[in-house]
Amino acid sequence: MANELDFERPIAELKAKIAELKSFMEKNEIDLQGEVDKLEERLKELTESTYANLTPWQRVQLARQIGRPTTFDYIRGLCDEFVELHGDRHFADDLTIVGGVGLIAGQPVTVIGHQKGRDTKENIRRNFGMANPEGYRKALRLMKQAEKFGRPVIFFIDTPGAYAGMSAEERGQSVAIAENLLAMAGLRVPTLSIVTGEGGSGGALGLGITDRIYMLDYAWYCVIAPESAAAILWKDAKLGPKAAEVMRLTAKDLLDLGVIDRIIEEPMGGAQKDPEWMVRKVREVVVEGLRELLSVPIDELLEARYHKYRQMGIYVERP
Amino acid sequence: MLKDLFNRRRQYVTVGTGEEAPEARPARPAVERDVPKGLVQKCDGCGALLLAKELQKHLYTCPECNHHFRIGARTRIEITVDEGTFREMDARLASTNPLGFPQYEEKLEAAMRATGLLEGVVTGEAELDGVPIIIGAMDPGFMMGSMGSAVGERIARAMERAAESKRPLVLFTASGGARMQEGILSLMQMAKTSVALTRMVEARVLFISVITHPTTGGVSASFASLGDVIVAEPGAMFGFAGRRVVEQTMRQSLPDDFQTAEFNLKHGMIDKVVHRKQMRQTLGALVRIHTARGWAHGE
Repeated sequence: MANELDFERPIAELKAKIAELKSFMEKNEIDLQGEVDKLEERLKELTESTYANLTPWQRVQLARQIGRPTTFDYIRGLCDEFVELHGDRHFADDLTIVGGVGLIAGQPVTVIGHQKGRDTKENIRRNFGMANPEGYRKALRLMKQAEKFGRPVIFFIDTPGAYAGMSAEERGQSVAIAENLLAMAGLRVPTLSIVTGEGGSGGALGLGITDRIYMLDYAWYCVIAPESAAAILWKDAKLGPKAAEVMRLTAKDLLDLGVIDRIIEEPMGGAQKDPEWMVRKVREVVVEGLRELLSVPIDELLEARYHKYRQMGIYVERP
Repeated sequence: MLKDLFNRRRQYVTVGTGEEAPEARPARPAVERDVPKGLVQKCDGCGALLLAKELQKHLYTCPECNHHFRIGARTRIEITVDEGTFREMDARLASTNPLGFPQYEEKLEAAMRATGLLEGVVTGEAELDGVPIIIGAMDPGFMMGSMGSAVGERIARAMERAAESKRPLVLFTASGGARMQEGILSLMQMAKTSVALTRMVEARVLFISVITHPTTGGVSASFASLGDVIVAEPGAMFGFAGRRVVEQTMRQSLPDDFQTAEFNLKHGMIDKVVHRKQMRQTLGALVRIHTARGWAHGE
């Protein structure tokens, strides 16, 4: 593992040791199988205990790992045929939010999602997953197109947040996201979203008012990235780990808070450990979700969508 | 100004032989006079010398630099739809001279001779990858692909036919814009085609606008920009006002790629830039996706 995280290092070291022992065994034709077995047993235990007891901050770090499947990977796994569509018809083609039309086993769908880079070069091109207003406007155009042709929309959410820059402000980042929220609330086709990595704030919600919302096990979703929260609350971005502890941003937290409908299991150590398995799993879950949604009359879906979001929040009424 | 646009490639505009009367034309099957002529062609993009046969094999794109040569409406339809499936509609619908504009008839006659067409757009029914569609192709060689009453009427009827038959409409545009010789009536073709398009919108029938070189003025400011999906050929010029007008207005020079398909993609105006060799495949996928019945209708 080239890019293992600090807390994964003992696992990587143990793996290296096993590999070393094995090659030593082969070269010198000495039987050390007993030793190898013992180490492999220890590796299994260490791996399980590491990933079973992840702190929220460790999960945030895992969710950001390069090597996790991206939206295009999920689209390739999901659609038998897919045509990417571009542009907001106003100003630009945002390369962070991507989308298009496709077929899943004969069912037409529109798919929209944040696209992070798979390396630094692509990450720069994709603005590290931070979309400009044009991205949200492209998404809106594709949603309206899906509504016109009566096909469901699937969203893949993976963003640290919408781009916060002067150019984005000049072109109306706020109104671009806001208009998506309104449109998604009333879109007359089934909708389903999946937080696959980072669910950063309004930039995530801008693709995330849907009939069903799922989250990968190690993904996070919150009002703001933990470092930014720490910078605002405690004037120190380095306190991100502490913010992650208290903000309740893991998949389990969001399920408990009634914000998401389902957690999608990941391979041990995260989707990046076995991207192909992850992509297959997501297809399976999406197909199941779509089948269910497509069996419900649209007016009922809209009514349920209304009530689902109408009851978000926890409060008391004092006497 | 618009004329310059076309003059750039004037060596490929075919000149009529005058051998046959305009009336004889619609009955003619696929023509060969709307493609670059001669045994050898020089590529406008890179100057490479290309054999006519080779050029045809590459669908009139340069194998060296991918420059897309201009092709006429009939060739366009022929290389797009399933073989033998095209049935032309409104083939006899033609222009008159409503304003009594000087020399309009002569220009029409010359255009007819040059292209072998009665008007600047060809429309009809066809199949694409087995999917029934309505197809239309404007001819850049017919008075610069300009839109007068007859062109507008043929396009409007193709849209209505698409709406009624629930067949996707694939429309290749190539036009300098509204036809000057019909004055305000030309401008109103932008209105007429937009009104006709509302029938397709109501019927939720797919409209794919395919931008080919050049698509400007009244056509770009109406149906060409209204496709549910807009694709363009590489390098195709697509914009409202021509380069020179914009330069004069702004009093500064423009980037080399100004108004090209690639420029438009970057600025969010089109969905895709598609090479002519991939066009059939892309359009096929789009019409299949938009005509698939899906699970809700039973598998």
